[in-house]
Amino acid sequence: MTYTPREMMIVTAAREIRDGDVVFVGMRLPLAAFVVAKRTHAPRAIGYFECGLIRETPPAALLYTMSDPANVAGAAWAGGLVDVMGLLATGHVDVGFLGGAQVDRFGNLNTTRIGSARAPKVRLPGSGGAADIASFAQRTVILMPHAPHRLVEEVDYITSPGYGSGGDWRTQVGLPGGGPSAIITTLGVLRFDEHGEAYLASYHPFTTPEEVRAKTGWDLRIPHEVDITPPPTEAELQALRVYDPDGVWIGEA
Amino acid sequence: MTRCMTLAEAIDRFVPDGSVVAMGTCLEAAIPFAAGHELIRQGRRDLTLVGPISDMLFDHLVGAGCVRQISAAWVGNVSAGLAHCLRRAVEEGVPAPVEIRDHSNFTIGLALLAAGIGAPFIPTRTSMGSDLPLENPDLIESTNPLNELGEPIVLVRAIQPDVLIVHVQRADEAGHAHLWGPLGVTREAVLAARRIIITAEEVVPSATILRDPNRVIAPAHKVAAVVEVPGGAHPSPVPGYYDRDHAFFEEYHARSRTLEGFEAWLREWVLDLPDHAAYLEHLGAARWQALQQTRETV
Repeated sequence: MTYTPREMMIVTAAREIRDGDVVFVGMRLPLAAFVVAKRTHAPRAIGYFECGLIRETPPAALLYTMSDPANVAGAAWAGGLVDVMGLLATGHVDVGFLGGAQVDRFGNLNTTRIGSARAPKVRLPGSGGAADIASFAQRTVILMPHAPHRLVEEVDYITSPGYGSGGDWRTQVGLPGGGPSAIITTLGVLRFDEHGEAYLASYHPFTTPEEVRAKTGWDLRIPHEVDITPPPTEAELQALRVYDPDGVWIGEA
Repeated sequence: MTRCMTLAEAIDRFVPDGSVVAMGTCLEAAIPFAAGHELIRQGRRDLTLVGPISDMLFDHLVGAGCVRQISAAWVGNVSAGLAHCLRRAVEEGVPAPVEIRDHSNFTIGLALLAAGIGAPFIPTRTSMGSDLPLENPDLIESTNPLNELGEPIVLVRAIQPDVLIVHVQRADEAGHAHLWGPLGVTREAVLAARRIIITAEEVVPSATILRDPNRVIAPAHKVAAVVEVPGGAHPSPVPGYYDRDHAFFEEYHARSRTLEGFEAWLREWVLDLPDHAAYLEHLGAARWQALQQTRETV
């Protein structure tokens, strides 16, 4: 069965959702990962959307945004942003998804700008709810296309804190949530050691550890024994393609 | 009493130059695009825009030169990508520089909540360790006075908009308005704002609204104007009325990539049209009809 790197990334992200988890879904690719998880191994997962929605069932149609009427239809709750953020801030969220323009070896994310405050090269959209998810979720999962200008030695701006400078940094600055548990890319899965530094935990079947290292902007630690990410199952791919038949999100950019 | 008036009159009377304006408080749904376009037509200047995320509307206003400052968590095009006008403003000062005070969604909600309950600030643990409090003067790093160890905390300064513009499904002439679907920070914003402009898909008899006061989004005595604007949130969706016009967001994204492209888009969809009825006519009946939802009994 053939599949694309992006499909591999979304399916791998879906596997980070455990059955019964409360998931802070966010926008774009995680919307698809949530649906795949709900339709395969995690039917009891609950989805939070910061516009004010909670879902116990997957939406019936493809979502372009979390506030689409298709996400309201069949929702289990329609409240406000502060309600959902309050649930997040009081520890109810097991896993939250994040994306961004840059991530560093400690899982710190930048979605605010490339360049300095004085001379910004690219003004990016900003945090949205990402800083909140990064602050409070029990664990976060970062999704990102794998490229050296995205997995960088140092981010230009910390929008969503990961493990800061490593060690017990999160405790020192007072962040309640657990921090990142994985960076899932189009080439592999990075996880974090006890010092909060990312290492290669698995590489996708169509690549090699050497390619992953070459496309990472820091000297990525690769353990002696690295797994190959299990390829998508037929059920996972079908759930994804039924949800997004025209490839709006799963098509290659 | 009636607070009904035209959109042009509401914007002219209640949103002067230099206003602090909150819009897009439902996130991607029910964004008051028609009101935003009227701000551009009337040539407003030096606005401060407040909102959680702004799916394209803030980019229009920045590109049209209406904006001096933005307090928001996210400015872009949710389904299509970056905000090209915002990029030109921040990176090149074109058409004018814009100061951005970067928030998270939660801190924007808390800033409005603080203003709505008369508190100067609200403490939170969000964004600690991020660069948001380092650069935004409305997020202040402090310590918890109730904790002996002096644990770190962030104080979110209250934001009181001069005016909030909300698009709703239906309202009566007096300003009682029903809003449903994702509410975002709208409940906080109606309490925070000095006054409110309601744009509504339909103006209906009061009895229709008051049979369900739980769904009334704001105290009507804070409402300065009620404007009936069918389709007033297009291309964003209004639950129970119409779907999101995804293609419209894509088209704007492609055309606004260059300054000339944006200016042509702005003339075509805003400046060369007298009002929102003309906008819908320009959109075309077939395209508008295709977005309509089956109207459930609500």
